[in-house]
Amino acid sequence: MADLTERERHGSDELLHAALAGGKLPRWAVPALGVGAVLLAFLLNVTTSVDGVAGTLVVAVLIFVGAQTGWSFRVEGRRHAVDRLATTGVYATFLIALAPLVAVLATVIVKGAQVISSTFLLTSMRNVSSVAEGGGVYHALIGTLEQVGIAALIGIPLGILTAIYLVEYAPSARSRRLGHAISFFVDVMTGVPSVVVGLFVYTAFVLTLGMQRSGFAGSIALTILMLPVVVRSTEEMLRIVPRDLREASYALGIPKWRTILSVVLPTATAGIITGAMLAVARVAGETAPLLLTTFLSQSINNDPFSGPQASLPIFIWDQFTRGTDASVNRAWGGALVLIVLVMLLYLTAKIISRFTGVKKF
Amino acid sequence: MSTTLEPPGTPAPPVPHPGIKGAAVRRGDRLFVGLSRGAGVLILVTMAAIAVFLIWKSIPGLQANTANFFTTAEWFPDQKPSVFGIAALTFGTLMTAGIAMLLAVPVGVGIALFIAHYASRRLASTLGFVTDLLAAVPSIIFGMWGIQYLTPHLVGLGQWLNDYLGFIPLFANEAGIYSRSILNAGIVLAIMILPTISAITREVFVQTPRAHIEAALALGATRWEMVRMAIFPFSRPGMISASMLGLGRALGETIAVALMLSATYDINIHITQPGGITFASNIALKWNEAGTIGLSALVASGLVLFVITLAVNMAARLVIARRAEFSGAN
Repeated sequence: MADLTERERHGSDELLHAALAGGKLPRWAVPALGVGAVLLAFLLNVTTSVDGVAGTLVVAVLIFVGAQTGWSFRVEGRRHAVDRLATTGVYATFLIALAPLVAVLATVIVKGAQVISSTFLLTSMRNVSSVAEGGGVYHALIGTLEQVGIAALIGIPLGILTAIYLVEYAPSARSRRLGHAISFFVDVMTGVPSVVVGLFVYTAFVLTLGMQRSGFAGSIALTILMLPVVVRSTEEMLRIVPRDLREASYALGIPKWRTILSVVLPTATAGIITGAMLAVARVAGETAPLLLTTFLSQSINNDPFSGPQASLPIFIWDQFTRGTDASVNRAWGGALVLIVLVMLLYLTAKIISRFTGVKKF
Repeated sequence: MSTTLEPPGTPAPPVPHPGIKGAAVRRGDRLFVGLSRGAGVLILVTMAAIAVFLIWKSIPGLQANTANFFTTAEWFPDQKPSVFGIAALTFGTLMTAGIAMLLAVPVGVGIALFIAHYASRRLASTLGFVTDLLAAVPSIIFGMWGIQYLTPHLVGLGQWLNDYLGFIPLFANEAGIYSRSILNAGIVLAIMILPTISAITREVFVQTPRAHIEAALALGATRWEMVRMAIFPFSRPGMISASMLGLGRALGETIAVALMLSATYDINIHITQPGGITFASNIALKWNEAGTIGLSALVASGLVLFVITLAVNMAARLVIARRAEFSGAN
């Protein structure tokens, strides 16, 4: 083969350079395109039939995506154009997800804040008609705290015990089958619709065992909903407790049950508490199972074991479906109280998990 | 797996395998094993009991029913003769869940990608927290927001679909009313299942072996090519099962859908028109007015819902479990 001429060699260098470094859009391209697209969309909004915030935004995004892809395709080539398209898409999905969250929270806070007052928090709905202003959420708040509290008292220990079995005992049990079955059905249980759990509690405890529809029946339903969440989160925490800790304890001659109680659980406490609080937060807003298993009351009932007892979700459902201005406003007030309750649990759990938690060794 | 050492026993008289078989079984241990195994078994018993009671209590209704349970759309169980069926419920449930999936799966995967591989690490943990917050909003609040705030904003979308895609029967709207439609309910459901899908997908994305990612990038792949060649193939089973878990949630969602739909018992493919009813919302709406046969009929429909969600969830879990077995990539 003949040697490459100087020109050919130079040409191939250029090709190589183009392949490696390639053309690139300037750094200001993306912000400039963004501003341009918004301006153009605004112009179209004023001059043509494009109207509304949503419509204008969609047009702006389309202009941006089109211009960026086209420009990038010319300068950088197909692969980079596709990459930029994908990046825009990924960022866009995130904004799409953020929008409803902001909108929901804003709606609840704005509408709820109009109703919230000390009267609203400290009175019940006794003798308040649906069209009248006034009344409050106290009876429902008591109900929710008691029902969720009982559910937590039953559900959290059961969940922790199950997790202990799955992590500490099932792997060394003679037959692994039980452990596998429990683990599988814990997962499946997470997906059982809450309304089905409500049906089950009603048919089993109310129809068959003769229990009253009461706050406690609601608690049972909430327990069942909470259980798999507690099991899963506790299990995860127990699994990351270092094995060295357990073995050090065994080496000191400490029996397994003492090791679990005094070494494993304390190490994982923060994580377990976090998981449990998240589970509680999850069930505190459940409406469907309580609709089937409790009776709504408009008055204060401190006893979850007998008689009708209100709860926040049912209070909201009742007031909202009455449909009068006063009652819908009360429903939004209840929603704000409920969301504050849930978010408090949630934030506390997250803070605990951020600042403590099992250290990974 | 944490297969732990057997706790050493007290010095025992000579036994064939000291330290293993010779370990004394203490009372505390026996009690503790019993308790924890009992708690685990209770979960199995609960699951079995749910099935047993739903089947048992649905029998009276099914016996009284004079119509075909699967092909009837009406719901008049307390009438004489009793007529009810799940055709409309099945249609409404599948349509709303289907729309929710169509919208939520791409967006959920996008969010997961953004958090796992596009955002900076500090931003990522905050954003993960924010999407988790979405999961903490109770469903009744989504329902109220959906019907009072979102529905008026969706009228434009419905009209647009009718104007430009109205030649497709699905989007045609002859009524001129755009609230309480299957489409709107599907959109609210999509928002509600988003965190489920994105949380699980994110977990799987993060587990992609670093070596795969770096190999792709070192070969000159763009970020998107890396995502397609390294992350997606590794995460496909996880993405599928995350979607199915989201589907399970969408199928069983009750209160939000009950508030969003107009509860009509017919099969209407015009999804932008008022209409529709689902298994779960039907139970919530008919519960307090139902007589003996009515209750039993609702239990029967709940049984169908239970079986559907059970099948979806089990399938999802099996897909995940199979992946765990052969993903020796790490």
